[in-house]
Amino acid sequence: MQKILILSLSLAIFLVFACGGNQYPSGARVYKATCANCHLDDGAGLGALIPPLANSDYLIKHRDQLACIVRYGLADTILVNGIRYQEQMAGIPNLSEVQITNVLNYIGSNWGNKVPAFRLEEVRASLQSCNSLPTQDTKTKQ
Amino acid sequence: MYKQVCFFALILLIAACGPNVDAPLPILGERDVAPNGDTIYRSIPNFAFVDQDSQLVNNATFDGKIYAVDFFFIHCPTICPKVKANGLRIYQKFLNDDRFMLLSHSIDTKNDTVAALKRHADKLNIDAKKWRFVTGARDSIFGIADDYFSIAKENPDAPGGFDHSGRIILVDKNRHVRAFCNGTDAEDTDRFIRDIERLLKEQFPANK
Repeated sequence: MQKILILSLSLAIFLVFACGGNQYPSGARVYKATCANCHLDDGAGLGALIPPLANSDYLIKHRDQLACIVRYGLADTILVNGIRYQEQMAGIPNLSEVQITNVLNYIGSNWGNKVPAFRLEEVRASLQSCNSLPTQDTKTKQ
Repeated sequence: MYKQVCFFALILLIAACGPNVDAPLPILGERDVAPNGDTIYRSIPNFAFVDQDSQLVNNATFDGKIYAVDFFFIHCPTICPKVKANGLRIYQKFLNDDRFMLLSHSIDTKNDTVAALKRHADKLNIDAKKWRFVTGARDSIFGIADDYFSIAKENPDAPGGFDHSGRIILVDKNRHVRAFCNGTDAEDTDRFIRDIERLLKEQFPANK
């Protein structure tokens, strides 16, 4: 009995690794459903229109704003990897705090990003201070 | 022995199911028969639009060339970026091949002005000679979408206000539609790129 248990357990672990399962499967689902249309499946973005999420310095520099951007979108000009992006992004108001945490972790741990993991409490706190967002890299800097 | 049989069966299967890359692409759409027995294929009607550089774009723009067509709008919250990304791959692939061009129609004729299209194309670093982004009379754009087997219509309930398909359509030198793909699908776009190569070979036999 114990043998079978160990065997099936190791098989399960093997499968997770073999299938390239990432750490954040639910974040991956949210990403595919709500982000990938614009930021694309590989987080590459599109020219100077849609900023990349892959290898993005913005994720590190503006960590505390990310949850707010997901929920409420963005109307500011932002600087990502040295390139200026001015298109508006629509927010995704129907995502829960948990979903936002998951999707940020999925993005932050993929495509060359090494963003330390987000915890639900952190995301919740960020979301509560969304209105007092500093408008960084805005047009005033141009 | 068993192995050999399997191998043989596999080869047979590949040969039977594999696409015949030498056969010409079909001419798509309804067809008619002329009184003398000739087949009349559906073809793209006359059109006249304005591109990102305020230049006239009409059928003559594509004389002696084949071209790929799609329908989009700039503030499209759904499939457009994916179609654009795949369109950009097609653009890059044939960047230096003057026999091929691209034509994108904006279906948001109210907001996507010439200046807006210009900005959009510039941000994608697109050569306006190669890839024309056009606008025009709303009904003309919506009308010609039918001829390209594409959906383009206003729908206040749709995200962004428009219904449209993410198709990319391939038109030959004779204004016939020869292939299309789902522009949101990278693999289908790869197949479409091969279709473009096939059509180039067929229509420009003297060239490389």
